[in-house]
Amino acid sequence: MNTDIYKEGPVVHNAAFIDGHSVEIPILKILQQDGTVYQGAELPKINEEHAVKIYKALAFHRALDERMIGAQRQGRISFYMAALGEEAASIGGAAGLEAQDMIMAQYREQGALIYRGFSLENFMNQMFSNEKDLGKGRQMPIHYGSNELNYMTISSPLGTQIPQAAGYAYGQKLQGKDAVTLCYFGEGAASEGDFHAGLNMAAVHNAPVIFFCRNNGYAISTPSDEQYVGNGIASRGVGYGMKTIRIDGNDILAVLKAVQLARAYAIEESKPVMIEAMSYRLGAHSTSDDPSGYRTKEEEEKWHAHDPLSRMKSWMLAQNWWDEAQETALFEQLREDILAAVKVAEKIAKPPVEDLVSDVYDQVPEHLQKQLTSLKAHIKKYPEAYPLTAGRIK
Amino acid sequence: MAQMNLLQAINNALDIAMAENDSALCFGEDVGHFGGVFRATSGLQEKYGKARCFNTPLVEQGIIGFANGLAAQGSTPIAEIQFADYIFPAFDQIVNESAKFRYRSGNEFNVGNLTIRTPYGGGIAGGLYHSQSPEAYFAHTPGLKIVVPRNPYQAKGLLLASIRDDNPVIFFEPKRLYRASVGEVPEEDYQLPIGKAEVTEQGSDITLLAWGAQMEIIEKAAEMAKKDGISCELIDLRTILPWDVDTVANSVLKTGRLLISQEAPLTAGFASEIAATIQQECFLHLESPIERVCGIDTPYPLSLEKEHAADHLKVYEAIKRSINY
Ligand SMILES: Cc1ncc(C[n+]2csc(CCOP(=O)(O)OP(=O)(O)O)c2C)c(N)n1
Repeated sequence: MNTDIYKEGPVVHNAAFIDGHSVEIPILKILQQDGTVYQGAELPKINEEHAVKIYKALAFHRALDERMIGAQRQGRISFYMAALGEEAASIGGAAGLEAQDMIMAQYREQGALIYRGFSLENFMNQMFSNEKDLGKGRQMPIHYGSNELNYMTISSPLGTQIPQAAGYAYGQKLQGKDAVTLCYFGEGAASEGDFHAGLNMAAVHNAPVIFFCRNNGYAISTPSDEQYVGNGIASRGVGYGMKTIRIDGNDILAVLKAVQLARAYAIEESKPVMIEAMSYRLGAHSTSDDPSGYRTKEEEEKWHAHDPLSRMKSWMLAQNWWDEAQETALFEQLREDILAAVKVAEKIAKPPVEDLVSDVYDQVPEHLQKQLTSLKAHIKKYPEAYPLTAGRIK
Repeated sequence: MAQMNLLQAINNALDIAMAENDSALCFGEDVGHFGGVFRATSGLQEKYGKARCFNTPLVEQGIIGFANGLAAQGSTPIAEIQFADYIFPAFDQIVNESAKFRYRSGNEFNVGNLTIRTPYGGGIAGGLYHSQSPEAYFAHTPGLKIVVPRNPYQAKGLLLASIRDDNPVIFFEPKRLYRASVGEVPEEDYQLPIGKAEVTEQGSDITLLAWGAQMEIIEKAAEMAKKDGISCELIDLRTILPWDVDTVANSVLKTGRLLISQEAPLTAGFASEIAATIQQECFLHLESPIERVCGIDTPYPLSLEKEHAADHLKVYEAIKRSINY
């Protein structure tokens, strides 16, 4: 047993409590809102091609969110969750990784999938839960997943992916893979027991996992000052004995820098890292939510001024890597493509009735096969009551 | 009497409980200022203050553990779990703690004041994790009571009884009916009995049994059967645990047939428990095998929700099967 802990600290003879806020946590900022870099700031590894790819992903995300909120209002899809104002976290995160790294996200990180090239068709098929959806139309909109792109399918129960990410990363390490796992979660989800379990497991077992907290100030209606009293989520990384950094989550260069360094450290040292990205959820929690019930327009306005997209754009313009003509053309093209993709996806049939019982197990067991057989007979008897599947039952 | 929807009836019951008992507290995720994601606790923080109605951190095991502590101390916690699908992080606190507090201590301590409210059930395009009906997991746990109302009147009376009952109660609220179900509800205080089923319609050919939102489904099926000249007796179980064997058995002794319908999947659902008990109680009086009309044995799907669900047509077919056996 290692009992060093009892020997290390200075010994005192008058009771002295450590203040709960005594750990001071600096925040990394590289890019200013006007597009200039802070003096002395060290840039991440980035070149023109990479920067353009990142910026196009940000634009794609904006356009997609805008259109799909509209589609939900029109009743074309049942539900949507946007990431307005915090897109830099998911896109910058993916941009700092390698393609073979696993991403285990919460739900507001479609940006990582955009960066990795998930096609517009794939996004649409999932949201319209049609038969071409990789998830076979089983989950609510935005619960994406792609084995090919190393993006674990989203699960609604919060925090469950956090200890899983520790295990996934441990497996990657044991098999000698040049890969890490990046795990996203909100500051709300960080209250779950699974968060604490996951961090400790990763720290004790030296799993090369990057815990990436998107601290966007709210968990539905609950502001972060009713979520925790300590120094954010970063202080917990320190508490579990892991390397930790807090960054400006709306600063794409800070996100990229932190993830690049975290990845190198996780691989070389075979240890977990914690990143806390400070941001703000500018939109509603989801299309089922109305933030006017719990916060003011003025508060939101303040954060519009920290928009990560316009911040990166200003930097790109200053680098001469982007211009206004490209900007206009890109958004026009995006809007056109997205609208067209909506129209295609909504016409694609819903999954066949067989998909109801597949994938519960690796094979359909006998009892489920029987249930399917009698369901089919029932649907044939009442075809008008089951319009999605009736036409295709043999 | 006032017209209330199911949410208003629940809000009204909580208001009464908090007004009469200073130690009654309402808490959970987004429950405070916002009044809960469904607005069941709307206005309670304004009325009773932040100390008695509040947001908790996002941690179900914490919510129920905290509630267990409060109940043991003598307060009256009314904890909300935002969706029944998210009750599982608190499974240990409920199954190993709430349910066993009294027994393990020889009644030195108990958490009888605890009430857990949680919206359950499907039919709202909620997919896997906003649709489940997990009552059977808890029904396997001696020490808990489980209550499910079918309409606003029932919700108010049963919730008040649950809060005042001296045992931990899980109160499952049919969220599909939150706004859809509207009815006459007395404004004053009243209670409905826990552990008592209710015959909601007399009939002679077959007994149809359900609870919560599934009551609507069997009512619709009974209407269809009526046109075929089949007379259905309808029972709302209301309390899953401990359940009212007598009311169900007496009805089956009369009709000779039983159909149980639940939203949850078939295998090891609470319908199975009822079927086993009733075949024992009524064996010689049964004219046909007991029918269970349940969800298919899969997770709750999004786009094939209709196919998965135990709808009125499936119930209707099962009624005919039973009659023509
Ligand atoms: C275990 C569990 N409890 C509750 C919920 C309901 N819920 C969905 S999102 C959410 C808030 C999450 O907030 P946060 O983690 O901060 O992420 P954000 O939405 O801000 O991105 C809640 C309470 C859930 N999905 N899972």
